[in-house]
Amino acid sequence: MPEPIMLELRDAARHFDVSRPLLQRVIAREDKRILRAVDGVSFQVPKGTTLSLVGESGCGKSTVARLVVGLYQPTRGEVFFDGMPLAEARADASKRQRMQMIFQDPYASLNPRWRVSDIIAEPIRAFGLIRDRRKQLERVGELLTQVGLSPLDGQKFPHEFSGGQRQRISIARALSSNPEFLVCDEPTSALDVSVQAQILNLMLELQKRLGLTYLFISHNLAVVRQVSDRVGVMYLGKLVELAPSETLFHTPRQPYTRALMEAIPDLEMTGRTRIPVGGEVPSPITPPPGCPFHPRCPLANERCRIEVPAMIPARGTPETLVACHAVEEGRDGFLDGKPRLTPEPA
Amino acid sequence: MSLLQVQNLRVEFPTRRGTLVALDDVSFEIAPGEVLGVVGESGAGKSMTGAAIIGLLEPPGRIAGGQVRLEGRRIDNLPYEELRRIRGRQIGAIFQDPLTTLNPLYTVGDQLAETMTTHLPIGPAEAKKRAVEWLELVGIPAAAQRVDSYPHEFSGGMRQRVVIALALCAEPKLVVADEPTTALDVSIQAQVIALLKNLAREKGTAMMLVTHDMGVIAETADRVAVMYAGRIIEIGAVREVVKNAAHPYSAGLMGSIPPISHRVERLQAIEGAMPRLSAIPPGCPYNPRCPFVFDRCRVERPELMPAKANRAACWLYAPEEAHRLQESGLA
Repeated sequence: MPEPIMLELRDAARHFDVSRPLLQRVIAREDKRILRAVDGVSFQVPKGTTLSLVGESGCGKSTVARLVVGLYQPTRGEVFFDGMPLAEARADASKRQRMQMIFQDPYASLNPRWRVSDIIAEPIRAFGLIRDRRKQLERVGELLTQVGLSPLDGQKFPHEFSGGQRQRISIARALSSNPEFLVCDEPTSALDVSVQAQILNLMLELQKRLGLTYLFISHNLAVVRQVSDRVGVMYLGKLVELAPSETLFHTPRQPYTRALMEAIPDLEMTGRTRIPVGGEVPSPITPPPGCPFHPRCPLANERCRIEVPAMIPARGTPETLVACHAVEEGRDGFLDGKPRLTPEPA
Repeated sequence: MSLLQVQNLRVEFPTRRGTLVALDDVSFEIAPGEVLGVVGESGAGKSMTGAAIIGLLEPPGRIAGGQVRLEGRRIDNLPYEELRRIRGRQIGAIFQDPLTTLNPLYTVGDQLAETMTTHLPIGPAEAKKRAVEWLELVGIPAAAQRVDSYPHEFSGGMRQRVVIALALCAEPKLVVADEPTTALDVSIQAQVIALLKNLAREKGTAMMLVTHDMGVIAETADRVAVMYAGRIIEIGAVREVVKNAAHPYSAGLMGSIPPISHRVERLQAIEGAMPRLSAIPPGCPYNPRCPFVFDRCRVERPELMPAKANRAACWLYAPEEAHRLQESGLA
């Protein structure tokens, strides 16, 4: 029996109006400028699993995170939490407390004037989970122990902690309302690599122990590989590939995913000559027509310039959903056993 | 002879609560055409080392001891004006954020031309011509038109290319690059690293590459120095340090990098955090976190000594502690 679905997005989109003020627009005879931060994203996260979204800055991954926790309203499409439309779930405190978020910057996300015990107890008090003061403090002590800190640390202020310890405090706060679902927006990218390993290990342990479901947002593919069950790759506000983690890292299909993997400097030092992908991410205000990746894609042809590709199972790796005409038509050479990132020789 | 020699460099920050030692007895050399990577976690002193070499320490920081020599000539005690002439002409600098490096009020062409007319014996017309050539060289499309653009008209990756052109256009012998790709996306990062590496090789420029990204170092550097709490704790050929680190900290650092090639059951983490500058422990600064610590580490400070194929500041590699090295499993 398949796992029940914790989170589902159906064609969710979020647009921002970034036009200049009306008067200036009239004088300069400009149209409205709409930034399509997220433009039609669909995926499901089964309970107890981790879905990661990766992509470069501006691809819309953090906007998805904010849509999911209700910090933004979708411009189009729907978000379902545990089978219920998000707006309804958010209105119901007993549902709302089941979802929490961990932010990137542990220096900005903790109130510097509050003691750690108050920071962690805030959700407990807000949801009225434990009324008794002493029991609240006991629970805070438990949570601190759970994330590898001492119950005595509750008396301190955030500035007394290092970055990694602060991120542990953020996690303890997120866990204080007994959530089942955590949205983690780049939780380790502000941390040094040795500390990052501590936090990733902690998150994996907690998932195992508490049966948590994660939506994990990151730009770091190596980190994503360590934590995910499934991975979605985003480009210019759209999902371009969605696959089980092992499949994605073993046989990436979308040319953008492949280019991204090519580009990562690694420690293996195989001396491979890699083909860096040319060009840069276009502006999400004026995205290219057709496939958003076509101006940089070595496999692009006329169809890619006109028709937006849909997410369909990839030929050869049907567990992968991929939005790419080249893959659909077999132009990527995967089925011939010779995957290539260059156009077919004429 | 080496191009850059740094000997026993010590940088101090006097504060109200006493003097903080930000760099402590840092020594290394860079040969012409060589790329030395400097890695470490935030606060290890890697950027500070770069700033001290180019004479751009933020006050009240000051060089309190040691020497910096460029082609045998001391440059750490030069008057401001003389050092300014060396900076740009002999030493180019690339910083993390390209937007703050470029002057928003001048076109990129003007900035390139100004640098060249200041440091090279050429006139404005020649400088303008070379500015276009440099923009082409760093891969800016339609360079002849873009030369008259302002920095805000370029994207992040393009700006960093301009900064690279700016750092190299006076043909310096040494480039100090401080996190040159950290602000860039990974697909752009690869382009910029390849560019930097090829240009340095073509022009025979030596480079000090400061970064926290071991992947970048592994792909770019010839040798690497690992810093911890203001000291170099290991230095050696890049392959040896990455694949066969001697110091327990370097080994832990390499182990904590999540691999892209496979999934691991549990990442190797280093417990604790780097000490603050105001509370560096006596002896080896790494001793509170080190799994192999013994009495001597808490008392006596280790100097760099031969360790495997590298040099490491760790008592395990002292000849008289050979039995401990055996037990540690690091050998």
